[in-house]
Amino acid sequence: MRFMLLVIPKGYEKAAPDAMPDAEGVAKMMKYNEELSKSGVLLSLDGLHPPASGVRISYTGGKPHVTDGPFPEAKECVGGYWMIQVKSKEEAIEWAKRAPMGDNELIEVRQVQEMEDFPADVQAAAAGFEELIGRK
Amino acid sequence: MEPEAISKAIDAVWKIESPKLIAALARMTRDVGLAEDLAQDALVSALEQWPAEGIPRNPGAWLMAIAKRRGIDHFRRNKLTDHKHQQVGYEMQARQDDAVPDFDSALDDDVGDDLLRLIFTACHPVLSTEARVTLTLKLLAGLTNAELARAFLSTETTIQQRIVRAKRTLADKKIPYEVPSGPELSVRLASVLEVIYLIFNEGYSATAGDDWMRPALCEDAQRLGRVLAGLAPNEPEVHGLLALMEIQASRSSARIGPKGEPILLMDQDRRRWSQLLIQRGLTALARAERLGPRGPYTLQAAIAACHARARRADETDWNRIASLYDELAAIMPSPIVDLNRAVAYGMAFGPERGLAVVDPLVDHPQLAGYPYLPGVRADLLFKLKRFAEAKVEFEKAAALTKNASQRVLLLEKAAACS
Repeated sequence: MRFMLLVIPKGYEKAAPDAMPDAEGVAKMMKYNEELSKSGVLLSLDGLHPPASGVRISYTGGKPHVTDGPFPEAKECVGGYWMIQVKSKEEAIEWAKRAPMGDNELIEVRQVQEMEDFPADVQAAAAGFEELIGRK
Repeated sequence: MEPEAISKAIDAVWKIESPKLIAALARMTRDVGLAEDLAQDALVSALEQWPAEGIPRNPGAWLMAIAKRRGIDHFRRNKLTDHKHQQVGYEMQARQDDAVPDFDSALDDDVGDDLLRLIFTACHPVLSTEARVTLTLKLLAGLTNAELARAFLSTETTIQQRIVRAKRTLADKKIPYEVPSGPELSVRLASVLEVIYLIFNEGYSATAGDDWMRPALCEDAQRLGRVLAGLAPNEPEVHGLLALMEIQASRSSARIGPKGEPILLMDQDRRRWSQLLIQRGLTALARAERLGPRGPYTLQAAIAACHARARRADETDWNRIASLYDELAAIMPSPIVDLNRAVAYGMAFGPERGLAVVDPLVDHPQLAGYPYLPGVRADLLFKLKRFAEAKVEFEKAAALTKNASQRVLLLEKAAACS
């Protein structure tokens, strides 16, 4: 089963558009990433630029509306993620506990939806949808 | 925490820590069987103490400290006169005395080599294939006897006996705890790769009604393959095997239909293939090809990659697949490879050429009772409009297959021949 470990660094929602992590933090993170990789659980990982350099697209009545960052109303934001493949939710939690996080950071552990997780009717609906969007 | 929650949490810690723990203990004691017993003792202590005290901040070091203490007790209790054993006892004692403060770094430095030794020992050719598979999952993937019994449709007693026998064989034959070198390395590595791929295929062949432990074996094998790729980064076939498993696993949600029926590769909805796993597979394949000549796993991965790269079935590069099968047949001659080669030839160069490859296989003893042999012949004959012969072959294949939905399909095709 796959899990996404989402890093939520407090304050990152207000960080400058060009904010970068410091060298010491990166070094610690590299060591952790290597540990995940050597243990065979790591599928992918990425860090994200601050929301100040991002955009949000909202949809009103089906119409997309683009807003540039930063987003003053945001209370928290995602700073990066790891995608891991493990045997249980508890194992995902155990890996998250070992991440080199500071007092201002938290990790949210979320299981990735697999097709098999859906009930039969949803799977069937998904299959029907695939027919609709055209299978040449 | 609830008792059930804590036991799940302990199990998770065990899955992560036990391979490193056993590997390091085996180096200290030079005895894999004893190392596993000591690690189990530490697990028992954890199960007794952690529910009340909570899981320690560094559970790996905690388990190691307990296991080492038990190890020292063991050597003292046995009052061994054997010089070598005494030395080992002293070594553990010395480590116990001075290693506690920087224990973690010492463990980190050595653990890679130790794990590699453990993999080679668990997959030693002196053990039966069954024993190698069981021991590898037990020692390197942290599976419990109960999980192993569920995964192999067996009983805990049988699994337990198999493990005890395997550990005794390793001790009786005085198998050294080491990474082989020189010409022995390639033979021993082949055994390791074979064991990992067997585990993968055991999971891949699981069917809908099976216990979920069985399909989960695919993930265990992928994980072992990734670990091995980190430990032996210069071995092309290690990356070849990893590539093969990642690409095959990428199809897992497309290969079974809603009623549990298998869907053949060419009929799968390719949008359900995991692009993440395909990318990982292609990266591993590129590494394998960069490192050396293509071995059997790398070639099979290269063939799987041809399918993975084709966004639609009719975009498949059959010419390349046919030439890869030629290469595979040259280094690993087998009637199964030739049968696949016949399919590739049929797709690449026309059914006549495919038939020329498959016809000599008809009386091959290794393919007796194999439904794909008449199945492949039937398809090729059908394309050549030799309907009477095709009908006979479709019916033969239908009679041989154990899969009910496949039988229906084959009989429909037979009916279409007249």
